[in-house]
Amino acid sequence: MLTVKNLEVCYGAISALRDVSFHIEAGRIVTLIGGNGAGKTTTLRTISGLLRAKKGGITFKGEDISKLPPHQIVARGLCHVPEGRMVFSNLSVDENLAMGAYLKTDKAKIAQNRDYVFSVFPRLKERLTQAAGTLSGGEQQMLAIGRALMGEPQLLMLDEPSLGIAPKLISTIFEKIVEINKSHGITILLVEQNANLALEISHDAYVLETGTVAMQGPSAELRNNPELKAAYLGG
Amino acid sequence: MSEFLQQLLNGLSLGAIYALIALGYTMVYGVLRFINFAHSDVFMVGAFIGYYMGKLVPENTVWGGLIVLVVAMLGCSVIGMVIERLAYRPLRGAATLNVLITAIGVSLLLEYSGQVFFGATPRTFPAVFPSVNFTLGGLVISSNQVVVIVVTALLMVGLQVIVYRTKIGTAMRAVSLNPKAAQLVGVNNDVVISFTFGLGSALAAAGGILYALNYPSIDPLMGVMPGLKAFVAAVLGGIGNIPGAALGGLLLGTVETFVNGSQWSTYKDAIAFAILIIILLFRPAGLLGKATIEKV
Repeated sequence: MLTVKNLEVCYGAISALRDVSFHIEAGRIVTLIGGNGAGKTTTLRTISGLLRAKKGGITFKGEDISKLPPHQIVARGLCHVPEGRMVFSNLSVDENLAMGAYLKTDKAKIAQNRDYVFSVFPRLKERLTQAAGTLSGGEQQMLAIGRALMGEPQLLMLDEPSLGIAPKLISTIFEKIVEINKSHGITILLVEQNANLALEISHDAYVLETGTVAMQGPSAELRNNPELKAAYLGG
Repeated sequence: MSEFLQQLLNGLSLGAIYALIALGYTMVYGVLRFINFAHSDVFMVGAFIGYYMGKLVPENTVWGGLIVLVVAMLGCSVIGMVIERLAYRPLRGAATLNVLITAIGVSLLLEYSGQVFFGATPRTFPAVFPSVNFTLGGLVISSNQVVVIVVTALLMVGLQVIVYRTKIGTAMRAVSLNPKAAQLVGVNNDVVISFTFGLGSALAAAGGILYALNYPSIDPLMGVMPGLKAFVAAVLGGIGNIPGAALGGLLLGTVETFVNGSQWSTYKDAIAFAILIIILLFRPAGLLGKATIEKV
């Protein structure tokens, strides 16, 4: 579904990604793990068009999307839930969800997607008129994911969904990610610092180190890899 | 008492014009975080479009006046969008200072092209709306004041509807809150920014026509002072805040009119700016603005 090939990205003179390649099959949950500054967020931002690659290709459903602006990438069914959630803080929960469906015109379909979002995150329905900025961190993450689901993604990219969230809610959100993948067949690309959690729910994993893929394989195998254990899984 | 009410009425109708211009400054700041200094010259262009249109329609009629108003608004919204497209869009992502300097350049370009095309000599703005004075319990109300207040009120309600009830308005607020997140839900920020310039410039044109109706001498530099005042009004209300701009405009116009009617009339501009400084000392983010932490 998504193929990233020899991706190279720079911030000015500093190179953030040196050579990143990976492939995602439809229907899978794939995780990118790695330490701070490994290039996980840069990878996602480049795929969604917020950053431009210096070299390399990004192919989504057989089409080269590396030159497209972000709004056209969203229109093709690739939605990105950014790091730090980035909900529209002064807009109500309702308006945030409406913004998620910005490119959709079929009213019946939008209503159906809203119902789906509420079935996954019932909490959002209770907070409908509240300004998004007044929600708790976990609720904002739910809203950010819900907002992306309103865009009917075929591939959903999640950047650090566990960041700054009460531990109790983290497991809820990860269960929901699995549910979204299973019930709707939405392919998921998950970026996480919490490698244990990410390897637990994902099918395949790629380990990024200083801008390049250092390790890859089925998540179940990587979880038992002694090298990885020492570096990311706390022994 | 009646003098007080009279001055209040005069002040509110001047303030309404400041408010219309201030809205353009504040909306553009909202989506792009810079002050479009050319805005006050779009106001001037609006008045000149009105001047030429005024010669084509019969004077002293309501419909003639409305045609002049609508044509000037449409014309300026196109000009506003063209300015954004040619001058500001190529600088997207550049440092704010560069954009600011460009804005000053565009402002000077409009002012001095105005002198080339329209001449520097002031011209008399035609009386496009019927001009009569009513007396109401000792108050003298000119029909032009009624036009100013009614038109401003309608435009503000319209703006409120656009910003809070439509898809593009919600997108405007979204872009203003978080441009990256807006892109990630599929908003083409360029379209929203262009729309914002069009909307703000249309309001400036309306301001230009209303101003010219009440102070019927227009010239290519006429935008400088009202533009500066409106900018002050936008900052006073809290830059980026739409109701704030309206409030700031009304407040500034009223204060200026009262000072003008007193023995300190020579200092009216000094006092207006002194008020700005005092209010900002106590509320640095403006009357309705929220103090925010600038991200680096």
